[in-house]
Amino acid sequence: MKFYKVRDMDFLMDDNFPRPLVALAGNPNTGKSTIFNALTGLKQHTGNWPGKTVSLARGTFYHRNVKFCVVDLPGTYSLLANSLEEQVARNFILFNRPDVMLVITDATCLERNLNLALQIMEITDRIIVCVNLIDEAAKKGIYVDGDVLSKELGVPVVATAARRGIGLFELKEMIFKVYSGKVKPSPRKVNYGEELEKAIGELVPRLENTFSGRINPRWAALSIISGDYSIEDLEELVKIRDESREESAYGYSFFSQLPGNRGLK
Amino acid sequence: MDIHFFHSSRETGDSNDISHESTDVKDLIVEKIYEKAESITRKAVRYDRFREDLDKKIDLLLTSRVTGILFMLLLLGVIFWLTLIGANYPSQLLAKVLFGIQGFLESFLMSIGAPEWVNGFLVTGMYRTLAWVVSVMLPPMAIFFPLFTFLEDLGYLPRVAFNLDYFFKRAGAHGKQALTMSMGFGCNAAGVVSCRIINSPRERMIAILTNNFVPCNGRFPTLILLASLFIGGLAPNLGWLLASLTVSGLVVFGILITLLVSKLLSSTLLKGLPSSFILELPPYRPPHIGSIIIRSIYERTLFVLGRAVAVAAPAGGIIWLLAHIKFENQSLLAQAAAFLDPLGRLMGLDGYILMAFIAGLPANEIVLPILLMGYLAQGTMISPDDFTSLKELLVNHGWTTLTAINTMLFSLLHFPCATTLWTIRSETGGARWAVCAAALTTAVALLVCFITASLYRLVMWVIF
Repeated sequence: MKFYKVRDMDFLMDDNFPRPLVALAGNPNTGKSTIFNALTGLKQHTGNWPGKTVSLARGTFYHRNVKFCVVDLPGTYSLLANSLEEQVARNFILFNRPDVMLVITDATCLERNLNLALQIMEITDRIIVCVNLIDEAAKKGIYVDGDVLSKELGVPVVATAARRGIGLFELKEMIFKVYSGKVKPSPRKVNYGEELEKAIGELVPRLENTFSGRINPRWAALSIISGDYSIEDLEELVKIRDESREESAYGYSFFSQLPGNRGLK
Repeated sequence: MDIHFFHSSRETGDSNDISHESTDVKDLIVEKIYEKAESITRKAVRYDRFREDLDKKIDLLLTSRVTGILFMLLLLGVIFWLTLIGANYPSQLLAKVLFGIQGFLESFLMSIGAPEWVNGFLVTGMYRTLAWVVSVMLPPMAIFFPLFTFLEDLGYLPRVAFNLDYFFKRAGAHGKQALTMSMGFGCNAAGVVSCRIINSPRERMIAILTNNFVPCNGRFPTLILLASLFIGGLAPNLGWLLASLTVSGLVVFGILITLLVSKLLSSTLLKGLPSSFILELPPYRPPHIGSIIIRSIYERTLFVLGRAVAVAAPAGGIIWLLAHIKFENQSLLAQAAAFLDPLGRLMGLDGYILMAFIAGLPANEIVLPILLMGYLAQGTMISPDDFTSLKELLVNHGWTTLTAINTMLFSLLHFPCATTLWTIRSETGGARWAVCAAALTTAVALLVCFITASLYRLVMWVIF
């Protein structure tokens, strides 16, 4: 296992992670590390101390003769890049484009956890949602219907109770299936409303050209429109944003130029 | 990154423009995501004999305006009380052992015929400072950090931010500043870095500039020791209670100053309206005691101690040299102290104390050892393994309760350590903000100490 000290984001850019690459994302305290350990057979401790250097734990496991590389991303509540952890998680998914993106959710408070899953669905399609802690949820009288959830999200869902080893084999199977293309997730994305979707639709073709598939254009468009500061990290994105602004079409103040902008809320 | 912030600010005119305009869209996006998450949950999750969450009931108590604040203050007091009581004995034991080794080292150096100055530099200078830092810092940290980590794992810290949000909003600052401030209790440099979680450049700057007003680990031992020696010593029976009340009081005072200076900054230099944010209160989780102890000792205590030791050893050596290089029949240290003495006296301190704070710029941990070395270099020798003789030493050099209080206040409010200043420089992209932070904090420290000294003298003059 290797720990990467994140001082700047540079190390995320050079693609030195062995493939196939599986990334684990999820809210803090969802048992993400338990699943990581169960998959890779490693013991690891990670602290959730904002301000401390973010470390990424990395391990491997074999399933059906394929050696998967697993990276445990920092636990976050969102990918809106408000903190270093969120930036690291987001940039990793953006730039390293994992072959399988595993989103660990807590069955006892699924709603909050789905926010993150929905945001990750904006960046990548190859998602598996893992509903963990189903044993704890059952104790509290909460039951998650995996089939309904899978249909609503458009991605495969696996229920687990990682601490008791329940559902781990199924999880590995699903990782293999998504990796090998036997299961093709097609996330049902959030509809942001007519006005925003129109703006996104206009930006996407241009971004598609620039990034030629390296970065999800819909995500990039969303970030530009929402004036996400953290995209200052991504020089190419900034360039496009600024060009767009010169044509007085989009940019930070796109919406403030529209009459009735404040009424959007 | 910051340079970008300010460029874009200038383009749109006002530093608040961007955050407010884009917040609308960002809010909308977040809102849509939440809506979708809610509708999916409604379809996919079934609740059976589901009872009202215990969390919600606890939160009702811990985050209400009155009981929430009261509970916070109580918790603060209890934490310091436990730390003070628990750290006292191990500290003395450690000091006995470590200072016992000093004798061996000295006789060893003598036996191999090392000159006296080598002995002084290595043992009296470097080793003794090191032994001091370890014995005074290690026990309180080994108690304080696990307690702090416990609260963190429990999920209490976001509730602190929630409780304080109102006050920070009133001060024209960002509610998340409560979180960055909490980080400052660990280490101010870490606190300054954590200000990245605040999006608006204006509010971020306020949080960065005021982070130093909460005492970090390097300063807690100084506060704890002085509080137990001087304030705790006032009432022998209630000593521990009084001392922990004093430290808690200092922390609360630091928070008040944080709010006051934030208000000042937001109505003058960094004008603007506070922006809103979404704070999620995570569920309470029973923490794993084992992992707390491992993490807090390994990742925090030893890390901070290591940094302190790395600075303390060379600094101790250098200060020893300064105390023993004579110029016109007076050591350089004594000359510096004499130069600072008038200013120190004015604020109820003395020249040596001010000089110790200045020499302690690399790390706040070494302020007290430097001060003691300065006093000891004048010829008085004490056995340093006993903390009561420490008090004697200080009292012999003219310390009163006022001196102790003002040293604690100055420690709480004075300029940030070199690491923090450097961090401010790199986080804000310019040395001028680091200079600004140092000037601001020092001005506040001087002013507060001057006020307390004048008040104390006035009261003394009226009574006697």
